[in-house]
Amino acid sequence: MSTLTAWLTDPNPSSRRQAKLGQMWLAWLRIRRNRLAMAGLVIVALLLIAAAFAPWLAPHDPYMQDLSRRLLPPGTPGNLLGTDDFGRDILSRILYGSRITLYIVALVAVTAPVLGLLVGTVAGYFGGWVDAVLMRITDIFLAFPRLILALALVAVLGPGVENAVLAIALTAWPPYARVARAETLTVRNSDYIAAVRLQGASAPRIIAGHVVPMCLPSVIIRVTLDMAGVILIAAGLGFLGLGVQPPLPEWGLMISSGRQYLFEHWWVSTMPGLAIFIVSLGFNLLGDGLRDVLDPRSSGK
Amino acid sequence: MTDSSIPQRDRRLVRLSLQIASGIATLAITLLGLLLITFIIGRVVPIDPVLAIVGERATPEQMQAVRDSLGLDLPFWQQFGIYVWDALHLDLGNSIRTGRSVSEDVARYFPATLELATLGTIFGTLIGVPAGVLAATRPGSISDQIVRLVGLMGYSMPVFWLGLIGLLVFYGKLDWVAGPGRLDPAFSMQMEFQLTQYTGMVLIDSALNGAWDVFRNAFSHIILPAGLLGYVSMAYISRMTRSFMMNELSQEYITTARVKGMPEWRVIWVHAMKNVMVPLITVIALSYAYLLEGSVLTETIFAWPGLGSYITDALFAADMPAVLGGTVVVGVVFVTINMLSDIIYRLVDPRARA
Repeated sequence: MSTLTAWLTDPNPSSRRQAKLGQMWLAWLRIRRNRLAMAGLVIVALLLIAAAFAPWLAPHDPYMQDLSRRLLPPGTPGNLLGTDDFGRDILSRILYGSRITLYIVALVAVTAPVLGLLVGTVAGYFGGWVDAVLMRITDIFLAFPRLILALALVAVLGPGVENAVLAIALTAWPPYARVARAETLTVRNSDYIAAVRLQGASAPRIIAGHVVPMCLPSVIIRVTLDMAGVILIAAGLGFLGLGVQPPLPEWGLMISSGRQYLFEHWWVSTMPGLAIFIVSLGFNLLGDGLRDVLDPRSSGK
Repeated sequence: MTDSSIPQRDRRLVRLSLQIASGIATLAITLLGLLLITFIIGRVVPIDPVLAIVGERATPEQMQAVRDSLGLDLPFWQQFGIYVWDALHLDLGNSIRTGRSVSEDVARYFPATLELATLGTIFGTLIGVPAGVLAATRPGSISDQIVRLVGLMGYSMPVFWLGLIGLLVFYGKLDWVAGPGRLDPAFSMQMEFQLTQYTGMVLIDSALNGAWDVFRNAFSHIILPAGLLGYVSMAYISRMTRSFMMNELSQEYITTARVKGMPEWRVIWVHAMKNVMVPLITVIALSYAYLLEGSVLTETIFAWPGLGSYITDALFAADMPAVLGGTVVVGVVFVTINMLSDIIYRLVDPRARA
């Protein structure tokens, strides 16, 4: 262990990989000191575990209805968080629901940033009218109120998980394009880009191989911070009945189904809401910590 | 000396007017893009607009007549041109659900949203700015941690859920506030038939009429949703205030002021605040614009008859003209607020003016 640490913290790394891993080790040390960020990391890890092992962790089948056991309060033996209006176990539904949340988050995380990176790096690298046109388009999408655009898109595409993801991704990419463009502008005129260009590399090659990697850290921070927002919008769409459809145990949908029992049976809405809140808080804490560690501009403060 | 200063002023004027012109051009392009997107959404929607108007039993001739009147046989760009032209004349089509023109509907529903978002922003600013300043002046302290955590919680809270919990606790259990809606039915009748409606905003109208019982009831209805939106905007405002203020307090002029023996409150609230105000205006404007659109879910929870409810109700009735018209209006308001904040920014900050 100590030899590994010594290897990682060697001031004279002998290979690129050693240098890279050493940097990551130092970043990890810094983030470990940030207690809030660690709390976020734990929450996100718990989400991953819940999603991966839902069938083993859940005490009941999330779809199994038992009308003789409907609307039982939390703490009932066998139903730790109570049951909903169909007698389904709320804890099991929340555990299975983490899969849907994670699925949506993952799909948005691989689509929106890619589109944003593409638009931003191309705009920043080429400049001129390409930049002007692409950035105008970005501004137009940025000017659109996000939730309402997602609503209108879902209205066109029809409700469902994939359409909700598509609608969210189409409204989420502009900030990434902005970030990527700003990063591209700072490296565009640097010597190493000029060197690659003089070697005869084509523009797509330079962008993909030498510009995009420079943008990645800021984009990754942005993704983590954005995930909380994505979870909230997805839950909002589900709540309105425009996202995931019943009987799937999506958290927003569960809140809306418990709404009619709110005053007598508060737990039906409250429990899935708590799940949404905790998970998005986790992503926010982690993103905040990551920004403090990875972004040299904010770490000075 | 005077010779050289005059052309310089002229140059500055020219630059300012150029900036304004380019700003207006940007605004026009953005609005055009907005219309293009809603237009495309409206075209690809799987709802036949003709069928939606004439119904299932129309004769082919009737259908063709409606097709002609809607201009659906014209080329794409020509249709878009007509759409833009109509939108410029505040004609956003007719709502299928209510049978009125969309602009008329929007004029009826928008004041409720405006009232809610404005009060929310006022709450958010009044609490968020002092909280952010408090956190910035004692970085790392308990109060800083609390402000940070409360802010992050505001970012992470599903608004619709918090609204339900708020209703459950403050209306259902404690009975401190009135429930969903803008007014109790009796007061609502009074508002509708006996009082003059100046603005469509109940709080202002009832106050202008001197009907204080209506005002009290309206306040009791609005306090919960507005407080909720205020919390969301407070989260954002306090966070930004904190970072702006910390940045400002590390400047040398602050050290100078302190060394001169100036009282700390004056250093913070007069000297530093003056510079913090500049970026803060943009932040507050942004959060205001965000509340105007973000009130969709809040309005649903609180049965608030605003633009958000209008759009969602229209959505479920497959009333596309109303959905898209509402979207355009929210978009325009959004863009305009951003534009205004940009102008104010230039007016307040001498560096941006130069």
